[in-house]
Amino acid sequence: MSWQKSLSSTIGRKIMMSLSGILLILFLAGHVSGNMTLLMGKADAFNMYAHFMSTNPLVQVVANVFKLFFLAHIVYAIILTAQNKKARGGQAYKVTNKDGSQVSKYMGVLGSVIAVFLVVHLAQYWAVMHELRGEISTTTIDGVEMKDLYSVVAVSYANPMIVAAYVISMFVLAFHLWHGFASAFQTLGLNNKRYTPIIAFLGKAYSIIVPVLFGAIPVVMFLNS
Amino acid sequence: MAGKTINIKLKIWRQAGENKPGKFESYEVNDVSVDMSFLEMLDVLNENELKKGNDPIHFDHDCREGICGMCSLYINGKPHGPKHGITTCQLHMRTFNDGETIVVEPWRASAFPVLKDLVVDRTSFDRIMQAGGYVTVSTGGVPDANEIAIPKTVADEAMDAAQCIGCGACVAACKNASAMLFTSAKVSQLALLPQGGAERKRRALAMVEQHDAEGFGACTNTGACEAVCPKEISITHIARLNREFTRASFSGNETDYQN
Repeated sequence: MSWQKSLSSTIGRKIMMSLSGILLILFLAGHVSGNMTLLMGKADAFNMYAHFMSTNPLVQVVANVFKLFFLAHIVYAIILTAQNKKARGGQAYKVTNKDGSQVSKYMGVLGSVIAVFLVVHLAQYWAVMHELRGEISTTTIDGVEMKDLYSVVAVSYANPMIVAAYVISMFVLAFHLWHGFASAFQTLGLNNKRYTPIIAFLGKAYSIIVPVLFGAIPVVMFLNS
Repeated sequence: MAGKTINIKLKIWRQAGENKPGKFESYEVNDVSVDMSFLEMLDVLNENELKKGNDPIHFDHDCREGICGMCSLYINGKPHGPKHGITTCQLHMRTFNDGETIVVEPWRASAFPVLKDLVVDRTSFDRIMQAGGYVTVSTGGVPDANEIAIPKTVADEAMDAAQCIGCGACVAACKNASAMLFTSAKVSQLALLPQGGAERKRRALAMVEQHDAEGFGACTNTGACEAVCPKEISITHIARLNREFTRASFSGNETDYQN
């Protein structure tokens, strides 16, 4: 079997899911660290961060690569879900099995909610930042003129409905990571008596800490608005 | 013989043949000894049905001591019934309550088509085995027992994998009808030992290729398979299979010399 053929096997496709998933986990860490500048109390910190992210050429390259990981994760999820549904067959069980990890059985549903969130999220900020949608004012920091993305964010987080939607989305993300983090390592074959307990612990810690930090941003900004 | 008896109701999947429509039929069995196995209870039910001139309920069974892998049955939403680490033939009627309704279904998966009632075709497992679940042996004299040193812990791990009886409970329980637990057990038991090591790469590739060709699904790591496995085979073997498969896919191996 050639390696190209291996990649389209069930294990090959799961490996693509797991590798793209691990890279998206890394993306979340970077994204949440940068967004912490929103909570520094001043608009300048976040605007300088947003300016850097949208102008630095290296960041542009990395950002485009991450778009591919998002796409790969979604495309492989759709292919695998269709394949698994076909494998299960047309006749459902009358009484369904309750064994195994419960959250793992809803990864597709959780992922779909995250995908919808992603579209809304991009339309709300990314599209505005790139002047594809809505209006964005400018601000001058240290003599450099830059877009005032902070105000766009602050205005949206003054709306309790948007804040609620973000917090709910972060719960969904937490559940997705709860299974996804450790599962990615199992798929890659990295299951070992020494390291698996550490990976499992890190996965659970990560799936709580990152969504809590993300969710805290709209809540804190709403309370301060 | 004045042991405890119970009366039970059954809802059993009846299907005349492959690709024929099926439906649940209700049955009642009275005065079932709690010491009977689940299959003995079905034998009693079938005797009653035969006396009435009805077609008996078809189900797979053979050794009735939990080692052959022939018995199946999805009982009340769980392969091999509610108990842990046993096959249906080792399940006793004392597990059930008087008056309880028990739902009995066949394994359901595209790669396990129903042949009749509760009997499914599991030859897809045989074809996965034929693809690589063996060691090529040059025949000759019998080698000395301890000629090849194998650590006890490694031999034990291989033996744990070798306990797989190929019943298909893992596929039946899996939301994706994936046969990764079965395939990984068969790959593991050989990959762990020096005798199986020589052909490990070709084996992993061929068995996974056959697994996919049979129409089994992919592994989501839900762990449902290891929870229902009558031989308590762990999903750490699936991780080993993934390692074996990845290594074989992206490195030179004996399949490179074919053609």
